[in-house]
Parts: sequence; C-alpha cells; structure tokens
Amino acid sequence: MSTTLLIAMLITMIGASTPILLAALGELVVEKSGVLNLGIEGMMLTGAVVGFAVAYTTGSPWLGIGMAALVGAAVSMIFAFLTLSLSANQVATGLALTIFGTGFSALFGSEYTGKPLELFKSVFPAGLAEDPYLRLIFGHSPLVYFSFFMVFAVWWFLSRTRAGLILRAVGENDISAHSIGYSVIRIRYGAVAFGGAMAGIGGACFPLLLTPQWVEGLTAGRGWIALALVVFAAWRPLRLLAGAYLFGLIATVELYTQAAGGVFRIIPTELWASLPYLATIGVLVLISLGRSTNANAPACLGKPFEAGH
Amino acid sequence: MQNEVPPRLEMTGITKQFPGVLANDDVSFAIKRGEIHALLGENGAGKSTLVKMIYGIMRPDAGEMFWDGAPLKARNPKEARRLGIGMVFQHFSLFEALTVLENIALGMDGGLSSRALEARVREVLKAYKLTLDPHRVVSTLSVGERQRIEIVRALLLNPKLLIMDEPTSVLTPQEVTQLFKTLRQLASEGCSILYISHKLNEIKELCDTATILRGGKVVDECDPSKETSKSMAEKMIGGDLKAVAKGAERQFGEVQLAVRGLSLGRGHDFGTALKDISFSVHSGEIFGIAGVAGNGQNELLAALSGEQHAKADGVIELCGKPVGTSEPSTRRKAGLCAVPEERHGHAAVPDYSLANNGILTARHRRELVRSGLIKHSASHDFADEIIAEFGVMATGSKATAGSLSGGNLQKFIMGREILQTPEVLVISQPTWGVDAGAAAFIHQALVDMAQAGSAIVIISQDLDELLALSDTLSVINEGVLSAPMDVENASIEEIGLLMGGVHGETADSAKTLPTKPEAEHAVQV
Ligand SMILES: Nc1ncnc2c1ncn2[C@@H]1O[C@H](COP(=O)(O)OP(=O)(O)OP(=O)(O)O)[C@@H](O)[C@H]1O
Ligand SMILES: [Mg+2]
Repeated sequence: MSTTLLIAMLITMIGASTPILLAALGELVVEKSGVLNLGIEGMMLTGAVVGFAVAYTTGSPWLGIGMAALVGAAVSMIFAFLTLSLSANQVATGLALTIFGTGFSALFGSEYTGKPLELFKSVFPAGLAEDPYLRLIFGHSPLVYFSFFMVFAVWWFLSRTRAGLILRAVGENDISAHSIGYSVIRIRYGAVAFGGAMAGIGGACFPLLLTPQWVEGLTAGRGWIALALVVFAAWRPLRLLAGAYLFGLIATVELYTQAAGGVFRIIPTELWASLPYLATIGVLVLISLGRSTNANAPACLGKPFEAGH
Repeated sequence: MQNEVPPRLEMTGITKQFPGVLANDDVSFAIKRGEIHALLGENGAGKSTLVKMIYGIMRPDAGEMFWDGAPLKARNPKEARRLGIGMVFQHFSLFEALTVLENIALGMDGGLSSRALEARVREVLKAYKLTLDPHRVVSTLSVGERQRIEIVRALLLNPKLLIMDEPTSVLTPQEVTQLFKTLRQLASEGCSILYISHKLNEIKELCDTATILRGGKVVDECDPSKETSKSMAEKMIGGDLKAVAKGAERQFGEVQLAVRGLSLGRGHDFGTALKDISFSVHSGEIFGIAGVAGNGQNELLAALSGEQHAKADGVIELCGKPVGTSEPSTRRKAGLCAVPEERHGHAAVPDYSLANNGILTARHRRELVRSGLIKHSASHDFADEIIAEFGVMATGSKATAGSLSGGNLQKFIMGREILQTPEVLVISQPTWGVDAGAAAFIHQALVDMAQAGSAIVIISQDLDELLALSDTLSVINEGVLSAPMDVENASIEEIGLLMGGVHGETADSAKTLPTKPEAEHAVQV
C-alpha cells in the first residue's frame, strides 16, 4: 500500500472519529458529575441540523459550530431542568431527549435536503498540506485540533483542578458534597450544559467534516457509541481517545475495502457496516475486564439528588 | 453595654420538624467562649439534627441563633466555615473514590496548593499524633482511619467553634487521649467545642457543661464533673439504667466455630494480610477480639462472613462442617450471621425500607421468601418485631434505613441478626454510636444469646465493652491473632501491649503505613 493512501486513510480515520470523541468527552464530564444523559444522539442530531443550517445560510462554518454548541447546550437544559430540578428519571428523560432531537432535526432539516455545503477544511496554507507527511499534521479541519485540545483539557480539568475535584466529588457522593457545602444541583447543571455543547459540536462535525449535505438521521447511532465508549473507557479521557480512534479506524478500513471490492466482497456489506461497532465494543470490553476499572465509575451515576432542605 | 462577653453561640427556640418526627422542639442553650460543651441524648434525640442546623446544612423551622452576639446567618456550610465553625460528622462526609488529601482539600476553602496542603496535613497529623497516609484512597481505609480524616479536616480550619458529632466512637484509647489533649488546648486558646458522644466517661473527663436532650427537647443542663456516668445516662433516658447481668456460672458446650490456620492475602493494596489465624469458640462463649483499627479486623470479618473465601474449605468449620469456601448466604443458612462495621451500605442499604433490609439477611432463617417470592407481610412483621423488641425509633417498617438516626440503625441491624438466633454470630463494633441505654440493652441481648447457646465473636475497639462482655479475649495486630486469654485473668497493660505490637505504647510507630516516594504523587487539589 502506498504511503499516500495510508496517510489519506489516517486522515479519514481521524475525521470519522472526531464527532464521537467530542460527544463522548462531554458525556464523560456529565457522568463524572453523577448524571446519566442518554440523550446524546438527540443532542448530536440537533447540533448537526443547526450547524448545517447556520453554515449554509451564513457561509461561515465557525458560526455553524458556535450555534450548534449553543443549541446543544440549550436542549440539554431541558433535560437538566426535568432531571435535576424536578428529579425526573434520568434514563427516561434522556431517551425522550433523543426522540425529541431526532424529530426536531428531521423536521427542521427537511428544507435543507439535497443542498450542498462546503466542508470545513484545514485553515493552514494549502502549501503545507502538499507533502503527505506534513499533511498528516496540518491537513485537518480545525474541529480535529479542537478535539485533541479537549481531550487534554478534560483530562487536566478532572485530574488537576480544584473545580474538577469538586465535580468528581459531587458524582461520587452527592450527600457528602452537599453536607460540606457544595451546590450539587448547580454543579450538575454546569456539567450537563457542557455535555450538551460538546454533543452539539460533535453533531455539527457530520455536515461540516464528513458528509457535506443534509440527510435525515445523519449521525447514524454514533451518539450511542459515544455513550458506550464512556463506560468502556472507564471514564478516562485518554482511553476515550483510543476507543474513538479504534472506531474510526475500522470504519475507514470498511470504507476502503468496500471501494476496493474484489476479495472483500466475500464478507457481506451488512457485516462490514456493523464491524466498527462490534469491534470497538469488543476491544473495550476486553480492556475493561482488567481490574480497577469499576473503581473509576462515579458512585452516584443516575441517582437523583434531593437536598434534605 | 456591659463588659460581659456574649456567648460564642446562642440558640433560642430552635424547632425542626421532619415528616412524622419533631426532631428539635424549642431548643435553647448557649456555648461560651473556650467552653467544652457536651450535647447528650438518646439515639434519635435530635443531636445531629441540631448541629446540622448550626453548620447550615439544614434550616430550622423556627428559632434564632446568635454568633458572638450577632444573628447567625450561615446559610450553607461554606459560610459557616468562613465564620469559623468546623464540623466532624457522625456519618462521614467523605468520598470513597478520592484520596485522603483530596477529601481534606474538598473541606477547605482556601486556595492552598496541594503541596502546601499536604505539608500542613502532615504537620497536624504529627502535632496530634494521628497516623494517616494522605495518599490512600478512602475506600481502602477502616472506619477509625476515616474518622481521623474528618478530625484533621476540622482541625486544619483553626475553628472558633468545633462541632464534633461522636468523634471518638471508633478511635483507639490512645487516640482518644491524644484528641482530648488537643481539644483542651484548643479550648484554652478560646475555641469553643460542642461535643456529642455516647461515652459518658469521656464526657465526664472532658466537658465543662452538658445539655441533655430527650425527644428533641432540652430536659436538663448539668456539670458532668459532678455527675456519674450512670446519673447522666439516667437523665438522658428519664429512667433507671440496668447493669448488664452476666450469668455467674456458665457452661460452654461444643465448639461451634473453629478457625484453623486462616491466612489471606491483602484484599487490596492497603489491606492487611491475615497470618495463620486460629481460634475456636464454643457454644455459650463470647469471644472478644481487640485491636487498633486497620489491623485485619475487616479482613477477618469478611473471611468469617464469607465475603472472602479461605484457601481451603476446612480452614473454617461451623458446627463441625467445613464452610471455608462457601458463600455468605450458605453460611447464614448453616447458622453463621455476621455484622460488618460499616452500617450504611455494608450492613444496610440506606435507600431500602427497614422491611427490605430485613429480607436481605434474614430471608432464609426467618423464611421471608417462598419460591423466589417475597412474603410481603411477613417481612413487614419481622421489621416491626425488631423495632418493637429493640426499641428502634423509626416511623415503621416502611421507613428507609437512611432516615434512622445512627444509633437506631445500629439497634435495628443488631436486632435483625439476634432475632435470627444464629448458632454463631460475628459482630464488628456492636455498640458503635449507640446510647448508654441501648448499649446496655444490646449487651444484655448478646449475653442472653450466649446463655441460650450461641457462640459469639465480638470485634471491637472498645476495650471496656470487650472486658465486660467476653469470656475469652484475643488481640489482633497486623493480621496476627494473639493467643486467647481468659478475661478474668487478663491485665489491661498486657492487652495494651499486644495491641501496640512489639513496640508497645501507641500503634503509630508499630504500624506505619507503607510510604511511597513522595515525588511520584502529583496530587490534585
Ligand atoms: N432527613 C431526615 N428525614 C426524616 N427524619 C429524620 C431525618 N434526619 C433525622 N430524622 C429523624 O429525626 C430524629 C432525630 O435524629 P438525629 O439524627 O438528630 O438523632 P441523634 O440525636 O443524632 O441520634 P444518634 O445518637 O443516634 O445519632 C430521629 O427520629 C430521626 O429518625
Ligand atoms: Mg446523631
């Protein structure tokens, strides 16, 4: 296989992984605060359609991403209000959020069907991207660099900052956190909003990074993969990165082999298509079989908190 | 203005109503500067509720508080800490998955760097002679060690008012002596201390004044140095206190529980390995195990209850049958019940009702389950029976375990096991946080059980309790169990020496924790 092809594959892989990575990082923070938001898929779809619409009408992908983040966060606030302020069941509310996002994006996006959008390409001078190796470094969309940065930022926030410590404490034992004076609900609102924004941006990656046109159900279940990744990565940002890239890698290999045809035809397309999902989960399950993974699970995950006045 | 100094904290007419319980009813009293003030009362008298309101976790329904003469407006614990109120919680406010240092950092508001904080923590530990490794994860610590975290956290604040809700319930005698020195010194420097404890001899030794609560009301105020433990207990109960009657000539029967050469690796990185433990307990015998927390008591209890399996089946024998590798429920069926030290989450599920908590351990022995289905009314009857027989203060069998006051939950758990009349009962800290009246009741129940033929193993840090109850006594130190001795002939000095290992004195020197190169820990604060 030629180097150029390999590098092209790598770049495709990184792009394919980015939306999952972003959404999963958001969910990781949400879960670390003790909240289980199953609405990622819905928030991603909302972000995708808003990102598409704004980028299409204004011509600015930056604006599209910004709006996707805002709307993602706004939608997550519905979830936060129901589950945190009204103590509604988090699982049911999260599922409802997914259904809402799916419906909203289908309705709102129908007028954009078939309209072309320009991909959000590298912002570096084109000259830098000619050499195949340099391309591997400079040839990505700003969204990719953003996702790298966020892996580091989330890791640093959770493990190195006081605010991160407080967030983990709230997810670990909400009653203790309350009794030493932390506002459990307020901290969880913040985490959910962050998760919503990240899912929104992750959703916006689909039209801006992967398929520059609107189709219904654009995210194709990636939100669920993001959700599973968080658990199997044992709430660790770096493992999340590995998991997301593994998914991207297999998805890319699948794309290329399908295009190549020939011997790869022996395996039915359906199996190829399900391979990234199966393999990612499989590998992560194997990793999480090791000890000390569950120790990292937030003890209050999904448990509603009510202060005893 | 007179030249009289206003009290540090004054409360007038504090009232707090919970659904179905009036926890505090028109409570008024004052704590002077530099005073060590005891707050006494039976389990459920409303002591914890009152101090939680001072600390700003809950708000009173009625009444006012004054801080140095001005209205106290702490609406949350952070503001309370800013005023100089420190608190040691009865039910620890700790985070299991975090390290000791992280836990301490969470309870402090100053923006101290982790390194500086660690230095200060080590200073305080040294000054107050407490052993604690700042880098350990809390879930690997014993309750005694957890208690120390709470105390260090409160001391680090340099408080003006230090509230201690049963701080010594799981500390060793040496640690208690040291803590009292500290508290007296703090008081002499002007810090007021509000001290809650069920150990009345401690109150006598330490406190200047005592306010007594019963049913949420202030019923008396006294000077502990002029009272006896018994008279204070009777003031709390509002009745007579009976001494535990241990049958004079008791006959031991067959060996019910035999442990032969039990060795167990450390369960987690900081567990204590059990080394070749052997002992046997006869029917009718109470076997006491003394020792400083964290010397293998938890591991031993887990090995006996079946949470941890021994290497071979024959290592543990129950009524002559090997059970070393059988599951807890099998052992329960065969007649061995165990009560772990941690009540919330280990001995009981806080969010479950009392009836459900009863089912969890008594389903076989009390036949609360038939062909996989719960017998609803039988389970409620069982919970009601415990509540009635053990005088548990609860709104009924539907109350959640978490809503009970600390001592009442302990009474419930003890009642649940005792009413199953097991052949062998293994208990850790049977009267942790239980008031004097109830402690006497539990002690009597245990003695009666032994008299009726059960073999009982009591693991406790309370030497007085062990000396009063047990027939035979052993000391566990670093996972090694000393040879059993007859309590009649045992000397306290000897026991103390055994508890400290070869080094004698306190356990600090004998049992320093594995120290790791400090540089490896980039601590997060
Ligand atoms: N959050 C709550 N909801 C309902 N009832 C409660 C709650 N907290 C406490 N109670 C009830 O209020 C009463 C007083 O409880 P509190 O914890 O103050 O007792 P206590 O004096 O500290 O007892 P102990 O010595 O056992 O710790 C008890 O009857 C208890 O069941
Ligand atoms: Mg209490």
